[in-house]
Amino acid sequence: MAQKVLDALTATHGHAVERTESTYGDEIAWIKRDQLVAVAQWLRDDPAMAFDSPVFVTCIDRLDWQPIGVPPSEGWNESKPRFEVVYQLRSSVHRTRIRLKIAVTEQDPRVPSLAEIWPAFNWQERETFDMYGVRFDGHPDLRRIYMYEEFVGYPLRKDYPKEKRQPLVRRDDLPINPIKRENP
Amino acid sequence: MGVELTTTRIEDAAKWAKQSLVERGSNWGRKFSLFTYPFVTACCGMEFMSVAGPKYDIARFGAEFPRFSPRQSDLLMVVGTITEKQGPALKRVFDQMAEPKWVIAFGVCASTGGFYQNYSAMPGCDQVIPVDVYIPGCPPRPEQVLDALILLMDRIQHGRGHSQLRTKREELIAAAPEE
Repeated sequence: MAQKVLDALTATHGHAVERTESTYGDEIAWIKRDQLVAVAQWLRDDPAMAFDSPVFVTCIDRLDWQPIGVPPSEGWNESKPRFEVVYQLRSSVHRTRIRLKIAVTEQDPRVPSLAEIWPAFNWQERETFDMYGVRFDGHPDLRRIYMYEEFVGYPLRKDYPKEKRQPLVRRDDLPINPIKRENP
Repeated sequence: MGVELTTTRIEDAAKWAKQSLVERGSNWGRKFSLFTYPFVTACCGMEFMSVAGPKYDIARFGAEFPRFSPRQSDLLMVVGTITEKQGPALKRVFDQMAEPKWVIAFGVCASTGGFYQNYSAMPGCDQVIPVDVYIPGCPPRPEQVLDALILLMDRIQHGRGHSQLRTKREELIAAAPEE
């Protein structure tokens, strides 16, 4: 449905698009990291695009991602970027949708912030930073939004131990540091 | 003394006889005038409203009056999931309540964390505050809540609530001769 959006994007910003794909009726454009702000500005301001509705920002951790029925060479390995930052946009004028994806590595998890272009992304980028540790450059107020400031690590990363709690307060007769459990 | 003694268990009778008349009277007054502080955080709150509503009517047991100030209440009902981030707030609410005070953990999430065994949920509010009665269930039936309340009232009468025992212990320690 929104294939024409992908075509227009490739035609005007061909140097910024790594590749495009379509899955289950959703059009996905993989964008180069340094071109993201320009592409987003164009998607919002061009009257033929008019993506006025920011839907969500999230991140996908591909660590040890190995889908069933796919050869191991196509799963995740050390040579591939670990995180995918996902921006979902919608145009209420043309009734089209597009998903922007940016691949970032574990060593340099940085993405330019789109909070200045769509202010609704402000808290969503904070959430993504809180849960995955992806830094959004140029974000006006990049702090944790769900977890407390004392929390160490990023809980939705796949290598965060599932039940590792970091208590703020305990009863006087209980240790503040939880009992160490062997994590399988 | 004019006090009716109705019990079927010898131990209960012995405990009753051991209490002084003042303690007996004050505990009797306490157990029928529990002022509830509902610390409602999650879906168990619906069931709590059902208990407080006219059909099950917790007012029959003298605990009908929710006070939304911890300084005016003596029964803390922890209703729903407690996260680690909420721990300091819960402890502060409990510390602000005047002695003697009692705590009921309402539902499995408040008792043990329930199925939230993850990085953010506290494994039971007894990690932060002492709990007198635990109510299982997800959410518990109103009858279970009333059962727990009757159990708590029984404990209050016998001076076996957590804060009452602590006060007694502190009095004993203060009264003990120094060695």
